[in-house]
Amino acid sequence: MSMNTQGRPTGIGTLGTSASGSALLPEEPLLFEMGDTEHSGVDLPDVELTRDRLGGFGRKTKLDLAGVTEPEAMRHYVRLSRLNHSIDSGMYPLGSCTMKHNPRLNEKMARLPGFSDIHPLQPVSTVQGALELMNELSHWLMTLTNTAAVALSPKAGAHGELLGMMAIKAAQEAKGEAHRTIVLVPESAHGTNPATAAFLGYSVKPVPARDDGTVDVEAVKAALSPEVAAIMLTNPNTCGLFEPQVIEIARAVHDAGAFFYCDGANFNAIMGVVRPGDLGIDAMHINLHKTFSTPHGGGGPGAGPVVLSEALAPFAPVPFVRRGDASLELVEHIEDQALGRVTAFHGQMGMYVRALTYMLSHGGDGLAQAAQDAVLNANYIKARLQHLFSVPFPDYPTMHEALFDDSFLKGTGVTTLDFAKAMIDEGFHPMTMYFPLVVHGAMLIEPTESESKQTLDRFCDVMAELATDAKAGKSNRFTSAPVKAPRRRLDETRAARQPILRWERPAELPRAAE
Amino acid sequence: MRYLPHSDHERADMLGVIGAADIDALFSAVPKAALNNFVLDLPAHSPEFLVEAHMRALAGKNHAAGDGPFFVGAGAYRHHVPASVDHLIQRSEWLTAYTPYQPEISQGTLQMLFEFQTQVAKITGMDVANASLYDGSTGTAEAVLMARRLTRKNKIVLSGGLHPHYRDVVKAYLKNDPDLVCLSPSPNGQGDILEQIDGNTAAIVVQTPDFYGHLRDLKAAADAAHARGALLIVVITEVVSLGLLEAPGALGADIVVAEGQSIGNALNFGGPYLGLMATKKEFIRQMPGRLCGETVDADGNRGFVLTLSTREQHIRREKATSNICTNSGLCALAFSIHMALLGEAGFTRLARLNHANAIALADALDGVPGVDVLNDTFFNEMTIRVTQPAAPLVERLARRGILAGVPVSRLLPGDASVDDLIILAATELTTKADIAALVAALTEELA
Repeated sequence: MSMNTQGRPTGIGTLGTSASGSALLPEEPLLFEMGDTEHSGVDLPDVELTRDRLGGFGRKTKLDLAGVTEPEAMRHYVRLSRLNHSIDSGMYPLGSCTMKHNPRLNEKMARLPGFSDIHPLQPVSTVQGALELMNELSHWLMTLTNTAAVALSPKAGAHGELLGMMAIKAAQEAKGEAHRTIVLVPESAHGTNPATAAFLGYSVKPVPARDDGTVDVEAVKAALSPEVAAIMLTNPNTCGLFEPQVIEIARAVHDAGAFFYCDGANFNAIMGVVRPGDLGIDAMHINLHKTFSTPHGGGGPGAGPVVLSEALAPFAPVPFVRRGDASLELVEHIEDQALGRVTAFHGQMGMYVRALTYMLSHGGDGLAQAAQDAVLNANYIKARLQHLFSVPFPDYPTMHEALFDDSFLKGTGVTTLDFAKAMIDEGFHPMTMYFPLVVHGAMLIEPTESESKQTLDRFCDVMAELATDAKAGKSNRFTSAPVKAPRRRLDETRAARQPILRWERPAELPRAAE
Repeated sequence: MRYLPHSDHERADMLGVIGAADIDALFSAVPKAALNNFVLDLPAHSPEFLVEAHMRALAGKNHAAGDGPFFVGAGAYRHHVPASVDHLIQRSEWLTAYTPYQPEISQGTLQMLFEFQTQVAKITGMDVANASLYDGSTGTAEAVLMARRLTRKNKIVLSGGLHPHYRDVVKAYLKNDPDLVCLSPSPNGQGDILEQIDGNTAAIVVQTPDFYGHLRDLKAAADAAHARGALLIVVITEVVSLGLLEAPGALGADIVVAEGQSIGNALNFGGPYLGLMATKKEFIRQMPGRLCGETVDADGNRGFVLTLSTREQHIRREKATSNICTNSGLCALAFSIHMALLGEAGFTRLARLNHANAIALADALDGVPGVDVLNDTFFNEMTIRVTQPAAPLVERLARRGILAGVPVSRLLPGDASVDDLIILAATELTTKADIAALVAALTEELA
């Protein structure tokens, strides 16, 4: 076995039982280093094709695809799983990402064959329960937001954002105002906002944030012109603040003939407490995987339904559910519809089931309480840490996330990144770092409503201790961190400069069967 | 409420630490006109057994594919998913993890994505793959935009054999673009896409097997495209076909996009699904979505990170290659586990089984008076012409408990020439008894 300079095994090319720090956390080889082209974990009849209908397009090149037996697969994926942090194993205080408890009832319901084993194109008469579910979910979303319509189909928040902006573009064109080519985006916006606007051919005009972290209605008014199609505003914003002038901003935007797109990524802070429709939004995506507890799954799948105002409702894409005389209908095509379709089928049904299950479990009352508890938790963290950390925007109570900057680390030699990595050694997933961009060395902490007071206290104790140590000059604890994770700090520059994006068979490892 | 950890006493204590009089004090930035100014007309919280009963009642109103003979395909396919796949993806450490932004404590997800990228590259015959997109249709739209960035040309030609929903998604992404040419679908498999290629063409988009089930000549398409400096984008909606059909990469494809649902993922009424995308090495910096790369840690140990993020929205903002933020990580995991279980031997056997069952289906349908099988070639899906309007016929068969495929009119509404066409798929789950039941019912209905 090869060793590194510290005498720890390198894990490259090693198999099975070698240890890295812990004998029960073995190094796991790549699938291709353990399997081969002859092993298989499925037992399928091997039919002889005496003739084929492939018209000469049959495969001639080898796949060279490694297979493993079922017990080997179980171990491989169980072992790999243990190298992950997850919300079920510990707190995940990622700001702007909303890592909350994922109830297992959601999973159980999503696996009912009546939901999981139905095809998007089987006769509509055979999927009435599915359409009813979509209708019910739509009702919840429209009620919680006080809006006129909802488009369920977007596959993720950013996809919903794209759809919402497409609807705005279509609406502007329908008004004969295709000359509106500018979209206003505050500096504190998610990166997806400017990317989405640019994607649709808009030029992006930034709106500066005020010193208190919020958007000034006067700055919006100054940026508005007959060329502006829309503003994309996140509320609560990415600094964790509720935009106090949001109603005036909406009015100014509407007066200028533009639309108000609201990034709804942070809806969990206000669900059941504030209805975005009352604030004057025209379109807002809702991340079901954040707000309504469908699991993040290591990066997806998401689901990003978009609620729409009266003005934008006619521009909703297909498909949508409509109540017919005797049954529910699925509208899959409208002649000359402006937008058409943003995904092949009806969107993330599996996520609709999970989200509705969560909504019914919580009820309207529970959702409101969850939002209030999320805000309570964030303010509690801020209150407990503000004497040691630096708070860039102290003027307002924070909403669901507490934002600090790195000025408390000035002169310590410890960066936000170092601080985050030190948290790993204390058993916590780091907060969101360096976002929002409007704050130097940002640390954005979102506890969500799932965390108990005991957990929050433990978290605050650890954060306070780390801050104290950093200020006391114990920088090695930070710059060498993490030391207790499955890996030390990884060389990201090397990964980008010399990209290795797939496994290649080493010369000394011949193929099993040719 | 079973998900909320605080007692009222704790809430009061916490408000005390904050120094707030009540919870409303924390919402002081909300304009008075908008705070709690409504009655939420929604049901109150419910115990688990009542929620479960409600959801079961909804599920019970649907006819599940497993309830009877099932031949529906056209972009989503019913395959067997090994029990171990669903078990493994429900492990907390996979299911409830976030995007692997902290690589030191996300090596499980990252190594899996690296393995997934390798698997996708291998089955498509391409150099590199990304760590998944939302689905095949949005992946196709992304591929089209990627081809424009790569060639700095504008014209895009969509083959008539491209799934109509995919075509519609590309149209939505490229709204009002005069350089988008969409050819008419032809159930007979005759395509004239090659004649459309000119010096301004960024890419042609060819699906194989196409929407009607015909196999397309990718080599000829690649040669014709490359001769005019255009790229070939290959779309695959049934990824199992790659077990039996030549890899698009070996035939000259520049970008391959596939719907990966067939491997490891259930039908789910249309989602979540899984977009596969693979391309040539020299094109990776224009490829949208996440990429996982190999590197080393401070101790010299092999490890994995998300990489080349300079293409992504969180760094490039309005200059990003796409606005994509989420991928289909968990669906990619299911795909990867199922593919690891299959291996080369199993994947090939699975494909053969699908094809054999489809041949049996085609042979049986050929013998039904009033049915004309249109395909010379196919993998596991084919189109038939019947002697009466197809949509009501499919509806009558559904009432008999047989889900007999997709009437083409559902996907191409307003086109009278397709009213008598049905697309049917067979998979490894199709039995002789299923086919016999379909044949008997069709024979009666068409008599």
